[in-house]
Amino acid sequence: MEGPPILSMKGISKEFFGNQVLKNVDLIARPGEIHALVGENGAGKSTLMNILFGMPVIHSTGGFKGEIEIGGEKVTIANPHEAMNHGIGMVHQEFMLIPDFSITENIKVGREIGKPTMLSKFLGSSMDILDRRAMSKDAQNALSRIGMSIEDYVKVAGLPIGYKQFVEIAREIDKTGIKLLVFDEPTAVLTESEAERLLDIMRRIARQGIAIIFITHRLDEVLAVADSLTILRDGELIERTMTKDMTVVEIAGKMIGRKVERLVDVADTVRELDDDTVALELRNFSVAMPGEQVSQMDVSVKKGEIFGFGGLAGQGKIGIINGIMGLYPSEGDALVFGKKLQLDRLGDALRNGMAFVSEDRRGVGLLLNESIERNIIFSSMQIHNKFLWKRGPFSTLNRKQSKEHALKMIRLLDIRCTGPNQKSRSLSGGNQQKVCLARALTMDPNILIVAEPTRGIDIGAKKLVLEHLVKLNAEKGVTIVIISSELVELRSVCDRIAIVAEGKVSQILPPDASDAAFGLAMSGMSIHDAEGEGEVHHE
Amino acid sequence: MSRTKDFVMRIGWPRLIIGLFFVLLIVVSPFMGLKLTDVFSDVLRRWAMFGVLVLAMVPGVQSGIGLNFGVSLGVVAGLIGSTSAIELSYRQGVQRPWADLGFALLIAIPLAAILGFLYGLLLNRVKGSEMTVSTYVGFSAIAFSNIIWLSLPFKSGVLVWPIAGEGMRNTINLEQSFGGLMSNPAVVAGLPRGLRWLAFEVGGVVIPLGVILFFLAMCFLNWLFLRSKKGIAMSAAGENTLFTRSNAINVDHMRILGTMISTVLGAVGIIMYAQIFGFLQLYNAPLMMGFQCVAAVLIGGATTRRATITNVLVGTLLFQGILTTALPVIKRLMPSGSTLSEVLRIIISNGIILYALSKTKGGNQVEK
Repeated sequence: MEGPPILSMKGISKEFFGNQVLKNVDLIARPGEIHALVGENGAGKSTLMNILFGMPVIHSTGGFKGEIEIGGEKVTIANPHEAMNHGIGMVHQEFMLIPDFSITENIKVGREIGKPTMLSKFLGSSMDILDRRAMSKDAQNALSRIGMSIEDYVKVAGLPIGYKQFVEIAREIDKTGIKLLVFDEPTAVLTESEAERLLDIMRRIARQGIAIIFITHRLDEVLAVADSLTILRDGELIERTMTKDMTVVEIAGKMIGRKVERLVDVADTVRELDDDTVALELRNFSVAMPGEQVSQMDVSVKKGEIFGFGGLAGQGKIGIINGIMGLYPSEGDALVFGKKLQLDRLGDALRNGMAFVSEDRRGVGLLLNESIERNIIFSSMQIHNKFLWKRGPFSTLNRKQSKEHALKMIRLLDIRCTGPNQKSRSLSGGNQQKVCLARALTMDPNILIVAEPTRGIDIGAKKLVLEHLVKLNAEKGVTIVIISSELVELRSVCDRIAIVAEGKVSQILPPDASDAAFGLAMSGMSIHDAEGEGEVHHE
Repeated sequence: MSRTKDFVMRIGWPRLIIGLFFVLLIVVSPFMGLKLTDVFSDVLRRWAMFGVLVLAMVPGVQSGIGLNFGVSLGVVAGLIGSTSAIELSYRQGVQRPWADLGFALLIAIPLAAILGFLYGLLLNRVKGSEMTVSTYVGFSAIAFSNIIWLSLPFKSGVLVWPIAGEGMRNTINLEQSFGGLMSNPAVVAGLPRGLRWLAFEVGGVVIPLGVILFFLAMCFLNWLFLRSKKGIAMSAAGENTLFTRSNAINVDHMRILGTMISTVLGAVGIIMYAQIFGFLQLYNAPLMMGFQCVAAVLIGGATTRRATITNVLVGTLLFQGILTTALPVIKRLMPSGSTLSEVLRIIISNGIILYALSKTKGGNQVEK
């Protein structure tokens, strides 16, 4: 796959509000080449693509540094429409289709073919009548180019997901002069056979001389279809190489490749893990949380353990906590110290000694217009009837008790505020997180589940929150489950880490497992698969 | 400088401007030939009259159903309670104002609770557009009540049309019943000595102490409830449904609870209103009652998501105060005999509602 590149992005740097998300990254794609772009969440893949498409989010935050060349010519892409004119197309992860339109209409939307009418002579071409026959012909043509035979007049609404994806691809193919097609996690929502078919279609498109940029976290797919790949990590270009020179293990290692930092300096206390007592067990556990589906997960957490759930966004790790909290419908069993929770009854987990810190601080975790004090005592008051004062038929809030407790928590967690009466809305992210944590601690739980405890908070607060979790575990023997997208964080505090991929636990790894093992687990493989069968996917 | 700014921020521009306008009207009124004592009496009377009705907005807003335009549902329950109580006394051939008031409440409150429960079920099915739906629930309740007024088999001469002998009158005089019982010095004068404090005159200003105390007591009960476990849960449901659910509280139940309390307060409110006014107004008279209550609480600084007792106290005073003082003043300014003052009354009252709704963000609550 030699020859001049169709796309060449050189020295791309981008910062969002002082936060460097891309550092001097190059990306090259040649005609007929399938080029994979891999990296963890936050590695900079989406930002790079946003730059390529001239998305407003890039320009409204101060633009970027570096050059883009298309077909050897330097270009500036100011908006997605210009990207389209340069022959760049995108197949989205979430389908951008109009359900009530037919396949043809969806393929030709915005680029309809018109026939002049009486009205259009006066009012311009927007009054043209649609030339349905020509449109249908074009649509059929595009569909056959990707090897699909389906009646083009069918409405999109009833199609299976796989077909919708194909319609989306056909729409991009139909654009005249398409030279480069970006596939953003196209297989994430597809079944295995649909995914196979999609890879076939990608090969077919590439053979027509179109360059493909393939963004995926499934490394086996990278090996199966990509000719070359670019690995990004933390906004830096790690390597651009030919796929045939790499193994899955190598790619995974390079994707994660970070030394384990100690985020927490708590003296390693010798904790006695009770191997026989299971604190939390999930059996065949599924949660219907859109975008974070958990499907038939089995996992058990030992008493006194700090257990981590990691994995890429959208793979289901967030669904676990929301299922147990009862915010989204779940199936299967969740057992707390051997007792089965009735998850359809609101708050059953809370009544059985669990406490939660939600990943959605402002949406689920806080009453933003209420005081810090009210936030901290809320759960304990509602569930355990604490901080109440019996006054005749009413039991009203005991302000004295609740204020004392709030002050204690403010000191304990070092919540920076003007006092317990400050509204939680006006706190910084880190302090809001501490309030959420304080609320969970006030429940005095046996099991504490914390999701994304350090998202969006500064390094100092991050350290304090993590240290407090470790301390809580060491001193009170609270079983702690941490769900986090930050592997570094999990590796620095957890005893065991379960990597969630596609709604299931793909691997349970010790924190000192190799980078490659973590990387592979994220794409749903184990190191044995990779070394043993990994090659089978090659053709 | 920053202190004045803080002060303004805390009170909020709308309240400051309207408050100043109110003070201006009071200052001007003596020059227009109005007696200041009459103005104060009127303002106090109207404040007590609408107080409980406006208070009915608080549980609705706190539980998350927004401003309860459908408070007319409670009003209808209150009117049914009142008319039934009068009919009861008539059937037994006695005149007993206090018992009438008691029976009116006794009948109206459970009825309002039941209606409020059903209304709450309805509102849970239309989440997101409660205020539109509740407006129409209010209108429908009034329309439906028109049928009730015509068809209830009441016989009391005070209630029914004198010539037809059936169907209730538009306006029912409460002179022989509980009219003015806790607010009119003339009526109170006829009560036992121990109850004379219920209403009296101080330097020409009528103080309807009985109703004011009743209103304040209702405010206190509400305040107490909002600090109870249930009340705090209800307020949380109105603020953040996900938070509330994640704390094992059924948001729908809390919304129904809020709607029920709001409707019951509406029923109690109209009985207090009629008591001061001295008349029951049936048929379409309470049609816009909900709007007045909404406007008052909004001017008091409530938003569609948060409302406090203070908002009620301040808002009722400002809204009703302006209506009662502005109208006589305008009337003097207008050429005599014209209906222009009536037109202006409508413009002013609706104008205030429109202004208040456009400012649903309270002055001190900055949404981020």
